[in-house]
Amino acid sequence: MMTKRIPLAVIVLCLVVCALMLAASGCARQSASAAGPAPTAYGSAIVESSGGKQIGAAGSALPQPLVVQVNDDQGNAVTGAAVTFSGPSGVSFDPPTGLTDSSGQLSASVSLGGMAGRYQLVASTMTKAQKRVEIKSEEIALDYQRRLGQLLDDKYCSRCHNPESTSERVSNFDNLEVKPHAFTEGDTLNKMSDADLLAIISHGGPALNKSPLMPPYGYTLSKTEMQALIAYIRMISDPPYQAPGMVYAQK
Amino acid sequence: MQSSNQPWSSLWKTLFGDPLRAFGIVSAILLVLLAIAPAKNHFSEWRHYQKGYLRMVRSRGEAVTLQRHFQPGIQQIWHPDIGVTDRCTSCHVGLKEASLTDVKFQPYRKHPVIPHTTEQYGCVMCHRGQGAATTVEEAHSSTLAWEQPILPARYIESGCGQCHRANLEGTPQLNQGRALLARYGCVQCHSIKLPDAGVMQATQDAPSLSHIADKTTREWIFAWLKDPQSYAASATMPNFKLKDDDIRDISAFLIANSNPVAGDTLPPISQKAADSTAGASLYGESFCASCHAVQNAAGNLVGGNVGPELTRIGNKTKPEWLRAWIHNPRVYDPGTQMPHYRFSDQQVATMEGFLLAKSDSDFLANVHLDPATPEQIAHGKSLVMEYGCSSCHEITGIKKPENFAPELTRIGSKSISQLIFLPGMSHTLPDYIAGKIRQPRAFSPGLKMPQYSFTLTQIDALTTALLAQNDRAQSMPPSLSVPAPQTSHYRPAGKAGQIMSDLACFSCHAINGRGGDMAPDLTWEGSSVQRKWLEDFFRNPGTLRPALIRRMPKFNLSNEEISTLSDYIMTVYQTPEFDRESLPESGYSATQVEEGKQLFYSKYGCQSCHIVDAKSDKGYIGPTLTGVGSRLTAAWVYHWLKNPQALRPGTVEPNRNMSDDEAKSLTAFLMAQKGSGTKEAKK
Repeated sequence: MMTKRIPLAVIVLCLVVCALMLAASGCARQSASAAGPAPTAYGSAIVESSGGKQIGAAGSALPQPLVVQVNDDQGNAVTGAAVTFSGPSGVSFDPPTGLTDSSGQLSASVSLGGMAGRYQLVASTMTKAQKRVEIKSEEIALDYQRRLGQLLDDKYCSRCHNPESTSERVSNFDNLEVKPHAFTEGDTLNKMSDADLLAIISHGGPALNKSPLMPPYGYTLSKTEMQALIAYIRMISDPPYQAPGMVYAQK
Repeated sequence: MQSSNQPWSSLWKTLFGDPLRAFGIVSAILLVLLAIAPAKNHFSEWRHYQKGYLRMVRSRGEAVTLQRHFQPGIQQIWHPDIGVTDRCTSCHVGLKEASLTDVKFQPYRKHPVIPHTTEQYGCVMCHRGQGAATTVEEAHSSTLAWEQPILPARYIESGCGQCHRANLEGTPQLNQGRALLARYGCVQCHSIKLPDAGVMQATQDAPSLSHIADKTTREWIFAWLKDPQSYAASATMPNFKLKDDDIRDISAFLIANSNPVAGDTLPPISQKAADSTAGASLYGESFCASCHAVQNAAGNLVGGNVGPELTRIGNKTKPEWLRAWIHNPRVYDPGTQMPHYRFSDQQVATMEGFLLAKSDSDFLANVHLDPATPEQIAHGKSLVMEYGCSSCHEITGIKKPENFAPELTRIGSKSISQLIFLPGMSHTLPDYIAGKIRQPRAFSPGLKMPQYSFTLTQIDALTTALLAQNDRAQSMPPSLSVPAPQTSHYRPAGKAGQIMSDLACFSCHAINGRGGDMAPDLTWEGSSVQRKWLEDFFRNPGTLRPALIRRMPKFNLSNEEISTLSDYIMTVYQTPEFDRESLPESGYSATQVEEGKQLFYSKYGCQSCHIVDAKSDKGYIGPTLTGVGSRLTAAWVYHWLKNPQALRPGTVEPNRNMSDDEAKSLTAFLMAQKGSGTKEAKK
């Protein structure tokens, strides 16, 4: 008798809890949308101005804010449109919602979640017809190993492999007879196995019959460091890298 | 009463009236009671997660391996010596499974690769939480019995800081936080004791205020104290949010308290710069921007942050002081990081005119101060003492206060019950620390802690560094503690040492572990370069690396000074690894040179980073090698080729592991590159 009553009680309790949670979440959603300022204007499109495709540390704030712009039919910036940011769990925006400024833009600082990987962020606004339009931007969060890889890339690799020059550093890319692959070139690099990348990094280009302009780093970097570098290259590649599944004997 | 007892007694009679029935019922109750404990165990959370793990694993390709690795039951990592009793792996089952990196949800995802394993130090060491708990709620959240909830991932580097006192390559956030604590004067008021009995030291001393009346006006002090960032956006000085009357009195006191320094002002120099562009080009040639920043038209700061920002310097300094400072800064401040440039009178006048023009006519427009009264001065002095100004600044007659602000040695373990939170704030220690740094006065208007203008990233970094200051860090066994390297107090001796401190070489170059990292380490410079090149370089410095912005300034040294410095460098700064004269600087055979050339261009592809033939080579990363045979010693080139990291740890050039013969041929080829390489690169 007792054992029968327990599950019944549990079910009833679960139902009550579920109902309460539903009610609470409903309330929360309502209050969240109510907390945002009321829009004074409506646009018809939303675009990303800057802050997409950033690379940050897992759980931390991205270096640059995410800036989106709301435009009307003619492509003119709209001031006072309400924009709401959202993302997967763990991502936080400051502010999470707001009105576009005089240049039609809203900027939010973004903190990514604690897990490494790609995060898809969504910024949305309502049109006059109460239709939701949104823009997606992707950011990458690095864990410890990949961040170490990023530091190594910055120190040893990016001077040649990154064609972009910064004010701090002039890129050597244009000076090379054989052009190196940028690490984001997924179309090329995703086809190479980890072992191939390790061979090129440690023994230089000639190891895979490639240019001797790529020097060997096997006597300079440790294996841990080279693995960190590969993990980082895999993480930032575009299109994203899919690790080959392990092959097991079938029955 | 009796009637109400009636049904109970009849129930009692039906249940226990018969001894046999009574025995049966008591047994049944006992059985049910006995079943509670196993049932609780059976329905426990960790079993639920372990079952879930096995269910998840079943559908994967590597199911058999994962099932074989799986160990049922409560798992525990136990290290009594460091206080670790972690049962986290009971639910986080797949932490070590390399194939589970693609799992998108906890608790089954693989732990990211870090330098330590979970067996070594457990989980709580870095993540906090309650290790011995076996329910999610107790392990992750703050409970009445356990105040440390799981640490948000953004502060995770604080875990590293508990043992590692030195900067780690993999923890940029922690390094930045510690650097900020030292640079922004936090540790001047809040003492932070280190486990090895030392205290955290400030890296930048704020300027002395003992002679401030020579340097600037009371009006400027007023405007500066009102809002330091309105004068210079990059100012490290925080805003004390003082009332206007209080600022008036503090400025009155500082001026009245100032005593002059002999020779720190100069009368006007009659020669004035005729050419208006001369100032800008002298500023550029002297590489002032390596240390000082100036805001450009777009509002961006351009330049370094070693010295103060100069955007509105014309509003700040008195012309007679600025003139003397440019002439020789060591008269006013013997310990300054600014070099004594040995400018000619004409150059001093040009630079003075250029700098004084950097002013903002609105900046002091609204500051009108009446002459100070003795009461105001006295009140100013009491305010200076109240706000602890002398914690950072030297002020005549006021000693540096001790224990001025709460000690932060164990702030990372502070009990939440001892903290006062703002309404709406989440009750966690990291949020409290970050909130306090962000807006200290919000916690209580009477607090003395000033308002800093830190960015979100900087606040996160500071919070991380402070969370590393906890009980665990203080009680870590010495065998696990990795102390910071000893700070070097190296000072070169004799006459050369005097010249080197006059030129402030250590502001940019490091020697024997002391000095800046803006320019190359010179510890072994004497083994590396040829004397003639060194002397020419002092006379007319150029850059060796076309892609670098910062360059060595020209100091207008006398021949005698150059010879003293060169003597010292060539004799003292030698590596013990090899003799600088062990290989000849010329006289290599043509075949050897030709072989070296082949190796340079074909086998090793050196031209991807270096330039030997200025017409065809384009490599931008390493130093230009056009005149390397007249610059470096053959022994240095040879040993560098054999193992660059051995001569300069952390250098970018990879070790090619070349044979002795190859290194010799390449040395022969490089030593054949005679001529003054620096001139060509100077453009």
